[in-house]
Amino acid sequence: MAGNMNITLKVWRQKNSKEKGYFETHLLKNISPDMSFLEMFDVLNEQLISEGKEPIAFDHDCREGICGMCSMYINGRPHGPNRGVTTCQLHMRSFKDGDTIVVEPWRAKAFPVIKDLVVDRSAFDRIMAAGGFISVNTGNAQDGNAIPISKEIADKAFAAATCIGCGACVAACKNASAMLFVAAKVTQLSLLPQGMPERKRRVENMVAQMDAEGFGACTNTGACSAECPKEISLATIATLNREYYLAKLTSENV
Amino acid sequence: MYTLDSKIPEGPLEQKWTKYRSTVPLVNPANKRNLEIIVVGSGLAGSSAAATLAELGYKVKVFCFQDSPRRAHSIAAQGGINAAKNYQNDGDSVYRLFYDTIKGGDYRAREANVYRLAEVSTQIIDQCVAQGVPFAREYGGMLSNRSFGGTQVQRTFYAAGQTGQQLLLGAYSALQRQVGMGNVKMYARHEMMDVVIIDGKCRGIIARDLVTGKLERHFGHAVLLCSGGYGNVFYLSTNAMGSNVSAIWKAYKKGAFFGNPCFTQIHPTCIPVSGDHQSKLTLMSESLRNDGRIWVPLKKDDNRHPNDIPEDERDYYLERRYPAFGNLVPRDVASRAAKERCDAGYGVGASKMAVYLDYSSAFERYGKIEANKRNLHNPDKETILNLGREVVKEKYGNLFDMYKQITGEDPYYVPMRIYPAVHYTMGGLWVDYNLMTTVPGLYALGEANFSDHGANRLGASALMQGLADGYFVIPYTIGAYLSTEIRTKPIPTDHPAFADAENNVSNHIQKLLNIKGTKSVDHFHKRLGKIMWDKCGMARNEQGLKWAIDEIKKLKEEFYRDLRVPGTANELNPELEKAGRVADFIELGELMCIDALHRNESCGGHFREEYQTPDGEALRDDENFMYVAAWQYNPDGNPILHKEPLIYENIKIAQRSYK
Repeated sequence: MAGNMNITLKVWRQKNSKEKGYFETHLLKNISPDMSFLEMFDVLNEQLISEGKEPIAFDHDCREGICGMCSMYINGRPHGPNRGVTTCQLHMRSFKDGDTIVVEPWRAKAFPVIKDLVVDRSAFDRIMAAGGFISVNTGNAQDGNAIPISKEIADKAFAAATCIGCGACVAACKNASAMLFVAAKVTQLSLLPQGMPERKRRVENMVAQMDAEGFGACTNTGACSAECPKEISLATIATLNREYYLAKLTSENV
Repeated sequence: MYTLDSKIPEGPLEQKWTKYRSTVPLVNPANKRNLEIIVVGSGLAGSSAAATLAELGYKVKVFCFQDSPRRAHSIAAQGGINAAKNYQNDGDSVYRLFYDTIKGGDYRAREANVYRLAEVSTQIIDQCVAQGVPFAREYGGMLSNRSFGGTQVQRTFYAAGQTGQQLLLGAYSALQRQVGMGNVKMYARHEMMDVVIIDGKCRGIIARDLVTGKLERHFGHAVLLCSGGYGNVFYLSTNAMGSNVSAIWKAYKKGAFFGNPCFTQIHPTCIPVSGDHQSKLTLMSESLRNDGRIWVPLKKDDNRHPNDIPEDERDYYLERRYPAFGNLVPRDVASRAAKERCDAGYGVGASKMAVYLDYSSAFERYGKIEANKRNLHNPDKETILNLGREVVKEKYGNLFDMYKQITGEDPYYVPMRIYPAVHYTMGGLWVDYNLMTTVPGLYALGEANFSDHGANRLGASALMQGLADGYFVIPYTIGAYLSTEIRTKPIPTDHPAFADAENNVSNHIQKLLNIKGTKSVDHFHKRLGKIMWDKCGMARNEQGLKWAIDEIKKLKEEFYRDLRVPGTANELNPELEKAGRVADFIELGELMCIDALHRNESCGGHFREEYQTPDGEALRDDENFMYVAAWQYNPDGNPILHKEPLIYENIKIAQRSYK
């Protein structure tokens, strides 16, 4: 079903991490408002292939807003203009016929560009490996109902746990800070009784790894939470700070 | 002739697993440190297996094609995970979960495997809670449950509509912990290109670093394929864009048998196709059928707005046809019923290929309860509905938001339009009780194997199976093999078998790049998908399947003549990745049609139009088809069929009825 929108796209092209990048302009005709933003890229890539050119590389997988792989910086905003939406769930009806749209990769020192719009977010995995877990081997668990957890606490922990690790918070932040990402995991695990034994080690180790990866400092601007597709609350950062200072004040690792 | 040995332990059903666990050979800790295991895929099965095996002391390598193991498509599972906890005191038990699963699978699954699955289901919940998975809770602090299709108890544990996400993040956390400790080496943005067989045993893989394009050789004493399902053979499905068959297809071509390839699950509640540009379909969780009611207008071609169609002019066809289970009939039954109504001309929406999933009576029911709780006397209808909307938002908010995002319509005020779509594949590599394929040392876990769901999977059972295989089955069963391998030193990867395998991979890549034709990978993928959906989808028949087999052969010939893959092999090249996967999908599509054609009966998701009851239900042929069809690759011609008879000693076989 062809649509009636004409869109001008200015897209970042970069051969690999070593070469310099540049913007490339493409005109797209007959775009349907029911298309998702990534489906528009499919149309563009199909067009490029048929012209014998190289298609634009971009990360994507589930296309239903949950895997966290898609990562486009659209008109100066991670995941584009809508609140609480990933790039893959953004639809062309959010734009107007004749619009010019600028698309860049996430920009952050800790997220080097691999190619075109694809960046390396493995720093997040390393932060998780440093402490984003509860140390419980398989087979050690007691009955799931043995520790009652109030609905309020469970709901709060869940809200923090919905982070998809896409990195929009870093891309949105003028300091490229990863505080919201770390805060979401620390909040989830420090709220739950299961997370208590490792509460101090966890926050110390995760923050140390975050700093080692080259993410910037937090200056409480709040762009991270405003641009987060899962709307992770800024209050989690307050929790992270509280957990961190409490851990540092009483730390055994001095 | 090869005989399939399913290695099911002796003894009464309920003691098989317990006894097996206590007698399976063990590997001592010092030897575990010298044994290397390769895990392909990082979803629920892969992550849970890798983490647990590393905890036990094995040296583990994990491969995934995404940029992080947390992206695996298990993340997108919505509704929940089943477990026979009987927390609701509603009559659930291990036996009942076992029975529901066998019946739901239309008596085409192995009794012993399914019983074991039901048995370990309770441990999964405990393990996940211990990891900090934030399941939904009641006010008293206890775990909350809901119902899924094909059951009459509430045994589904959930975390809003994001259960898969929370379970996968739990398994991913456990995996990252082992990565941090150095027990697991993670290879993200790596794709498995082939398995390496030495002296009849699987000894490693060839992987491609997707960023540099470099081919790598990796040795393992055992290889676990946890690479998920192959629903993307249909092009449009609820699977992620990258989900593919390639890992298990390469294994098939190296000698692992493929079990029941034609058993595909078409999920009844997905957002309908809106146009040719569509790249994937989005599921609306089955949990929505707990509270939503499915209907079409009583009159054909009724173009009125759904809110203008009065109650007595609506046909709640599932409640009408299946009063005992109503809107919670299993997926295959619900899908066929939707297709039947649409084919008969009662469909709704622009395409007329959709039915309504309506929440208005749930808003009202929940709203009244909420009004009572808040001591509101005689509230007006709109107040009640708004209170109800708040309750529904808490249960299913993310699903409603997603629907609105995709369609531009607000399901809090207009009924959702839904239609069936490809969702899951029950078929997969044939495995024995140990989850080992017909190639020694090569295992398949989770959706990649064929084992537990028969011809139709019940909702909330995929997460259960993935985690059961990874956390609680493979850590025990792998001992049966590895205990015989403690003297095997790591084989150097300059062994000729590794060199050969790498060479073949490299040649295949060059072949794809050198076609330099005119049509893109997606062009061929879409055409394959259409053939499969039309002829090997929700309804199949002999004539259509024969036609499809011919068409797929022609498509394959054209693919290798006219494909265009831009770029080179030595860089990040998503088109090249897709080309390799679609090449395998084309071959798989043919095998699926061959399997569907040979199975002259209807069962579960496999509906052959020639075999149905007078009222349109699936008509099994237990006398001739009560077996697993395990296909062996034959480089010289048609695949060879092996049969594993299914023996039911504990369940009485009956026509499956949900009426």
